Amino acid sequence: MKKTKVIVGLGSCGIAAGASKTYSALEEILAKGEMDFELAKTSCIGMCYKEPLVEIRDEKGKIIYGDMTAEAVERILKSHLLDGKIDLDRAVVAEKRKTPEDSFFEGQVKIALRNCGYMDPESLDQALERDAYKAIKTLISENKSSMDIIQTMIDSGLRGRGGGGFPTGLKWKFAYQNESDQKYIICNADEGDPGAFMDRSLLEGDPHAVLEGMMIGGYTIGASQGVIYCRAEYPLAIKRLNIAINQAKAKGLLGEKIFGSDFSFDIYVKEGAGAFVCGEETALIASIEGKRGMPRKRPPFPAVSGLWAKPTNINNVETWANVPWIINHGANAYAAFGTEKSKGTKVFALTGKIKHGGLVEVPMGVTINDIIFKLGGGIQGDKKFKAVQLGGPSGGCIPAELGDTIVDYDSLNATGAIMGSGGMVVMDESTCMIDLAKFFLNFTQEESCGKCTFCRVGTKRMLEMLERITEGKGEDGDIEKLENLAHQIKNNSLCGLGQTAPNPVLTTLKYFRHEYEAHIYDKKCPAKVCKPLLTYTIDPEKCTGCTICAVKCSTHAIDGVRKQIHFINQETCIQCGECYNVCKFEAVLVD
Amino acid sequence: MRITRIAETHNTIVSGDADLTLMKPLLEKYSKKPGSLIPLLQGTQALYGFLPSGAFRAISEATGIAPADIYGVATFYAQFRLSPVGKNIIKVCHGTACHVQNANAITDAIKDHLGVNDGETTADGEFTLESVACLGCCSLAPVMMIGENTYGKLNGKSAVKILREIKKQLRSSQLKAEK
Repeated sequence: MKKTKVIVGLGSCGIAAGASKTYSALEEILAKGEMDFELAKTSCIGMCYKEPLVEIRDEKGKIIYGDMTAEAVERILKSHLLDGKIDLDRAVVAEKRKTPEDSFFEGQVKIALRNCGYMDPESLDQALERDAYKAIKTLISENKSSMDIIQTMIDSGLRGRGGGGFPTGLKWKFAYQNESDQKYIICNADEGDPGAFMDRSLLEGDPHAVLEGMMIGGYTIGASQGVIYCRAEYPLAIKRLNIAINQAKAKGLLGEKIFGSDFSFDIYVKEGAGAFVCGEETALIASIEGKRGMPRKRPPFPAVSGLWAKPTNINNVETWANVPWIINHGANAYAAFGTEKSKGTKVFALTGKIKHGGLVEVPMGVTINDIIFKLGGGIQGDKKFKAVQLGGPSGGCIPAELGDTIVDYDSLNATGAIMGSGGMVVMDESTCMIDLAKFFLNFTQEESCGKCTFCRVGTKRMLEMLERITEGKGEDGDIEKLENLAHQIKNNSLCGLGQTAPNPVLTTLKYFRHEYEAHIYDKKCPAKVCKPLLTYTIDPEKCTGCTICAVKCSTHAIDGVRKQIHFINQETCIQCGECYNVCKFEAVLVD
Repeated sequence: MRITRIAETHNTIVSGDADLTLMKPLLEKYSKKPGSLIPLLQGTQALYGFLPSGAFRAISEATGIAPADIYGVATFYAQFRLSPVGKNIIKVCHGTACHVQNANAITDAIKDHLGVNDGETTADGEFTLESVACLGCCSLAPVMMIGENTYGKLNGKSAVKILREIKKQLRSSQLKAEK
């Protein structure tokens, strides 16, 4: 009989939820000797909302349990292993059985994430069992020409998954056609978009897929050196990448004369130092060269003059991870998914006010409502779905009315938002859209490299206007000024950061103009977020005169004697909301 | 990457009492390789916790890069600090997911509790408060990170409670050391 396997999901999100403690608890259980099993590690399968996850594989099949904290794990393990019971209410995945969480996986197609959560990311043997390095081996042994591979990539319809959406095959073709003694392959893993973690999960869960994708790119365009530019904020991803690189080198899969051919390829990891603008390819190259990460004018494009002025091809993590799959399964298999102009699948990080937050991979062409309500399980607390934010600081908000929009590059662009790298932040009625626009503008304003005046000064002026509006100091004409400035910044900035920085403001103005008007003209925040615009009063029907609000009020704005109805003095109230937080009788009203 | 960078007043080069000989292996490893300025600065910061003023001179002498250029790079990237920081860095996430789940309340509660502003260090040198953009644990929002530990699904109260516990541990380990 095969030994029972117990596998703990140890991605960054799992570790944050306590998976390391669960792992230690399992080691202790194993040491006691009461139960016998083999303990193993894997990465994230995307179900972040049920972390920590523990998979048990025995004769009963493969069962994954959710919420496996260090306290819970022993009890569940005992009932599963010793009593032979499967707790289906706690299970999130159960082979041949139904669990309450199955809807999370229905409709998902895992291509980029094909190995994440299914193997130990620190084991090359397990990766090889799951077809790692098979594609590059095939290409080399069949002596495939560069143009053949480029044609396969073009036929597959794969477009850059970092957000730009440029056809990958064409990008490779340009770099291939520029002759040079030295060319470079770069993997952009500088995932700076706040609210997105697709690339982190991929690097942590399947580093070999990214390495192999880069090797295929290098083989095709004629490059012998690859660089992975990864955020320093992702220490686990960097660690696992370095492990994977060393393993591949030790096995001869990376390095000189790979598979006995003339093809040599080396990869190293470069740690980013924290600058959002380095996601832009020319800024990223400057940063690898050790300079300030400032974008430069294109052309020349990196395919002509990139790293150290040599032809360079840059793709993002998810794009590279798709490449080996396309070679192994053929262009048609990939193009079978998706819509006419957007082929294949896309990974999204589903977060915000959503019940099932996590990582999902869906075929292009599904609707936003499908992702939020079918996979995501709907809105937390069954509140009303208000909008979804796509593409982070460069993207925009799509309102609930447009929930039937399908996910592909062109349909999303038509709404004013963008596909972006895959961050999908869901908002309910308690999110203020002006506050959100202010949040993104604050971010881009801080991260602007300062090269272009419109981006450097313009975003600052826009931010100041939004600050005034949320403080109740908005004036007639502010909306028009915001719009005008937004268009100026879009038209007069050099790189993607500046050109897209006004998008969060423009899309919220397009779909939630009434909220701006409420802030400016009525001095009200409909979502009740902007504190200076709120009025706190006490409901005489509900107030019991317990005095707790009066005691907690830092400005002594609440009058009242024990067992008598209290009263808030509006002149001294600073709208801190403490009375609302402490009242046990819901007697404090906010308007 | 930080949203709110270390406050302006801290943005002067501090010498500290750094032992610059510690940098020797680092300089030997990187000074001749092109494009190594960022790894050099990262390595220096790993040694001292910040970039001491002497390090600029040392790197410049070893690599031939002008100190002004090094300073330019060090101030461009959010990762680099020019002044010493507390023993425990509290990174409160202000990514989009955390923002919509009210991360501001956490920063406010910690500010009140420690009596410092964003980017500042407590007088005893124990804690530095920082706002960062996206730690990548969005589904556990709002989150903060202290040292290597990440804490999720917080509110102002639970965040302060965690700080109190860390302080308690610090005090008991100090007492032990004194004994």
